[in-house]
Amino acid sequence: MIQNIIINGLINGSIYALLAIGFSLIFGVARIVNIAHTAFYMLTAYLIYVGFHHLGMSPYVAMPLSVLAVGLLSVICYKIFIQPIREHEAAVLIATIALAMVIQEALLIGFGGHYLGAPPLVSGYVSIAGVKVTYQHLLALAVALLALLAVWALLMKTRLGLALRSTAQDREVANLMGMNEARVAMATMGVSVMLAGIAGAIVVPLFVLDPHMWMHPLIMVLAIVVLGGLGSIKGSFVGAYIIAFAEVLVVFLLPMGAFLKGSVALSIMILVLLIRPEGLFGIYFEEER
Amino acid sequence: MKRGLAVWSVVGVVCLILSAGFSAWAAGEPIKIGVVGPMQFTQGEGHWNGATLAAEEINAKGGVLVGGVKHPIELVKVDSNEFLSIPDATNAMELAISRHKVDYLVGGFRTEAVLVMQDIAMDNQKIFIGCGAAHPKLCGRVKEDYDRYKYWFRVTPINSRFLVKVDFILLGMVAKIMATQLNIPKIKVAIVAEKAVWCDPIVGIAQKNLPKMGMEIVGVWRPSPVATDVTAELSAIQSSGAHIIFTSFSSSVGVTFAKQWGELKVPAAAVGINVEAQKDGFWAATGGKGNYTLTINTYARVKITDATIAFYDKYKKKFKEAPNYTAGTYEAVHVLAEAMQKANSLAPDKLVPVIEKMKRVGTAGLLAFDETHDVIWGPGYVTALGTQWQNGEIKCVWPLNWQSITYEGAVPYIIPPWVVAHYKK
Repeated sequence: MIQNIIINGLINGSIYALLAIGFSLIFGVARIVNIAHTAFYMLTAYLIYVGFHHLGMSPYVAMPLSVLAVGLLSVICYKIFIQPIREHEAAVLIATIALAMVIQEALLIGFGGHYLGAPPLVSGYVSIAGVKVTYQHLLALAVALLALLAVWALLMKTRLGLALRSTAQDREVANLMGMNEARVAMATMGVSVMLAGIAGAIVVPLFVLDPHMWMHPLIMVLAIVVLGGLGSIKGSFVGAYIIAFAEVLVVFLLPMGAFLKGSVALSIMILVLLIRPEGLFGIYFEEER
Repeated sequence: MKRGLAVWSVVGVVCLILSAGFSAWAAGEPIKIGVVGPMQFTQGEGHWNGATLAAEEINAKGGVLVGGVKHPIELVKVDSNEFLSIPDATNAMELAISRHKVDYLVGGFRTEAVLVMQDIAMDNQKIFIGCGAAHPKLCGRVKEDYDRYKYWFRVTPINSRFLVKVDFILLGMVAKIMATQLNIPKIKVAIVAEKAVWCDPIVGIAQKNLPKMGMEIVGVWRPSPVATDVTAELSAIQSSGAHIIFTSFSSSVGVTFAKQWGELKVPAAAVGINVEAQKDGFWAATGGKGNYTLTINTYARVKITDATIAFYDKYKKKFKEAPNYTAGTYEAVHVLAEAMQKANSLAPDKLVPVIEKMKRVGTAGLLAFDETHDVIWGPGYVTALGTQWQNGEIKCVWPLNWQSITYEGAVPYIIPPWVVAHYKK
């Protein structure tokens, strides 16, 4: 049973981490709580579905194209809906909720409430320590880890990463140092949504597509980023695995309560917040930034 | 000249009025039937498609003959959105009755919403034929307060009490086949039911009855109805050594489960209720991994009655998919039309006694109603079906020699090959 918990926890944690890090990145850099983050994840999954099933594209072509298209769309959405109201955080929050609803309704009109799916890129499974794991899950794990590594490299080894980190630390000082804060925010939006898009691409063959599939991951992502500390990349990474392992533990230790896995994960978040209100790796006072 | 023109104008206008009046009389006023369902979803599409097919058939013959006049059927789409919002359903129902002035109603899907919509229809003394919600309470109300609820009837699906009965018959059938073919002395069962109210009694009855049926329960798993990943549950089930997974799914988790069950080749047969597996889209949604899933169903391409295959083929040709149980609106519209013709009236109070006594050779069996206005279940009436996905096709595997009933076209159940391979080893 322990093997099952470790393997399932690692896979689910990596997908959550991809989503949560993107969410955390845009909040950390631009203070934007992007509720539409997982709606973009859903949109990518649908675009891949369309590319594969309706346009006859190879999934290897449809996937990167969809991720890029969604990244581009997010930048356009940022310019039109978010940038003009960026100084009003509550308005931005509401605008992103509206954006998510628009995406959901558009998909509902376009595809109906049908449950859709795409075949795996690689079929079959392998037994690891007696646990059956599909190749697609392993591929998802590998891609998620590679994407996370790429994010680390982007943040730590590039000029854009330096700009992102500087802006995250102090927007005004970064601006004074000659960084175009608005452009950095826009780039961050694109990068963070593309991370969500990669998560969407990974789950297309694993999950079932429906126009409400963005809701559950959104709740989990919110739980993860609050648990890890708002805006903390490291916190999101660790938080994702904590939440994923908590979910898997519930399924194995409390099968009758498998539906409670989301609630248990949220309870852990509340518990951590009671003990450490700033989250695991968060900063308590704004002045400390 | 001017006077002559005026006279001819008057004659012309009179002729126009008369001809309009005559044609209206000859064709009759249209009968408006509200088709209620979540139209953005498969269930609502089934409602609409079934009713459309029936209305087209009736209108092709000139309409419903009442009082020597043929009335065409006009369908009104009532999008209840009941999957997402019950208030939406009540609003849609009010709108259909007060604004669109529908004469009768067919459809409904989610019990919680249908209970409220039923009250609205009864308040307005509109006949409402249910084609989607299985809860016994909907028909129980007819018995409790006949004068108020007599306008309600149910065509599909069968009452949930009988659904459970069929569920256990299917489980027993598969257990027997597995025990015999694979030499398993005692069948172990994992119960997997989505966390929804309708599943609670099934889980309770299963926990009580399976030991009496000679089976061992290895665990009960209750995933969320919208769970996107059940690999953890499947890993746990495999570790438990279950031979059969007894499923109860009505939501997207049914697809997720079947997809991952097939991909991981979990060595246990999946049997029970999986609403998504009743649809043609299930094969594509699971990428074929849902092969060998067995579920209760209403329609399949078997000769339940002389009407079944013709209906099935016509439906599939027109809508490019197999009918699911909400397409029972086809039957409901025909029931209404038949009742109107027999009663020679459009008045609901005159139609109710006719429908109560009706015995119609329907597409899902001999359709008749009990004292609660519920569709009668049993041999010789509507039985429901057990259907299994076999290499891309929905095949009827039950009834097959059950109480001397075998529907022509039914085939034997197939144990998933990887399950056979696992236990033969």
